[in-house]
Amino acid sequence: MNRFAFAAAFATALSAVSTLPAHAQESATLKKIKDTASITLGHRESSIPFSYYDDKQQVIGYSHELMLKAVEGIKAELKLAKIDTKLMPVTSANRITLIQNGTVDIECGSTTNNTERQKQVAFSNSIFIIGTKLMAKKGAGINDFADLAGKNVVTTAGTTSERLIRKMNEDKQMKMNVISAKDHGEAFLTLETGRAIAFMMDDALLYGEIAKAKKASDWIVTGTAQSKEAYGCMLRKDDPEFKKLVDASLAKAMTSGDAEKIYAKWFMNPIPPKGLNLNMALSDEMKTAYKAPNDKAFE
Amino acid sequence: MGYQWNWGVFLSPSASGDDTYLGWMFAGFKMTIALSLTAWVLALMLGALVGVLRTVPNKTLAGLATAYVEMFRNVPLLVQLFIWYFVLPELLPTSIGDAYKQSHPVMQQFLASMICLGLFTSARVAEQVRAGINSLPKGQKNAGLALGFTLPQTYRHVMLPMAFRLVVPPLTSEFLNIFKNSAVCSTIGLLELAAQGRQLVDYTAQPYESFIAVTLSYVLINVTVMTLMHKFERRIAVPGYIGGK
Repeated sequence: MNRFAFAAAFATALSAVSTLPAHAQESATLKKIKDTASITLGHRESSIPFSYYDDKQQVIGYSHELMLKAVEGIKAELKLAKIDTKLMPVTSANRITLIQNGTVDIECGSTTNNTERQKQVAFSNSIFIIGTKLMAKKGAGINDFADLAGKNVVTTAGTTSERLIRKMNEDKQMKMNVISAKDHGEAFLTLETGRAIAFMMDDALLYGEIAKAKKASDWIVTGTAQSKEAYGCMLRKDDPEFKKLVDASLAKAMTSGDAEKIYAKWFMNPIPPKGLNLNMALSDEMKTAYKAPNDKAFE
Repeated sequence: MGYQWNWGVFLSPSASGDDTYLGWMFAGFKMTIALSLTAWVLALMLGALVGVLRTVPNKTLAGLATAYVEMFRNVPLLVQLFIWYFVLPELLPTSIGDAYKQSHPVMQQFLASMICLGLFTSARVAEQVRAGINSLPKGQKNAGLALGFTLPQTYRHVMLPMAFRLVVPPLTSEFLNIFKNSAVCSTIGLLELAAQGRQLVDYTAQPYESFIAVTLSYVLINVTVMTLMHKFERRIAVPGYIGGK
């Protein structure tokens, strides 16, 4: 009891102190950013429309723009005249390690905030909420997960979808053959070449893959969402001040309406590389998240 | 840097609920062994054949063998794997290609991996075999022919028994390489040792335990192979030559 009381008092004291600008560099990450006047941003290569390369190999996307908002906030808080942003591509498999070992300071892409990952890293306020669904060829007769029994199904290695579909296969004895591709691009290639009948993934990413497809009208996104997931920006654990600063910058963007403008740009307007419109209206969950920014995980 | 070590992770039930994570690692271990051994058998057979052909007097055969070696030796393993797995089925007639692609994915991945690793390594084995044959004194071949052996008989009874014994030490390192190169096959989704290690990272967020276990498994495989091959080398060594007493 005493220890808890002490910890609580300490935390309160700490947060009180941190509002004073003179003490704002207690955080190791902020100190590093201030000392080197640079920050390393983790981004994805093919998570359309969150974080990906356009046809000029520039990193663009919804999450990327929000990450730049956070960088602006950091720059203002540290009173830096100039901040050098270094971009570092990460994959599903190495992103956690790269955050932990200090290579990357913040990663905003399509990373789900869940309790298992919270043991290793911290997450900012949620920037997106998705449901896991299926993509299939139009007319292939795939409407929901039940249609997949006995078929080859592809998903991306290291994602929540992979976990869910393997579990579903085991629990319901569906005799599916699950293929784990190394990234979303390769998973879609597996679907496109007919190796798999359906591709299970976060709905927004599926729409993103359709945007890249040779013929977008060939593909549909279907099925009952198997889970809801909150994407957050990944940060180093045990650096509450850095998190607080990132959270505050994101919350400001969300409550001021900036985030909704960024959303409209990426989800309701034509986007690179093919100028396709994803036409994903702002969901109720997203509206709530914008209204009351929070870092709650769904699982 | 705030890492939470947890070695108990291997004994916890896996995400699909039917096994422990240790079971996953073991499944990957078995896959790596099965893939490497079958690919090695393929590499030895093809490599021996191509290596011999590179040394025969017939210019056409020697030329074809050289082309084979240069092709498989000079294209990166990863590129070859993608060609076998992604490109080749598209070149088959549509009906056969589609039927193949709808078959069990692990079978497809294993087949592409085995052929790819086997052919890639066979080019390297061929070079060792050729070097072994060329290292023999010219007099051996001439003596065989002078005794009335045909060229194939000279190879069969005089040159190859010597050449194969001479190249066992360099072949050992190719044998070790095939186990290490098999990790490349995780890129097409084959769940071998490296892929299971990566899965463990994805599912448990315990990268260090997982990578350490994978590293130790590869070391274990290769130390075992090395020990066995050393014993084998000693048994078949030719007195007076490298490795012989």
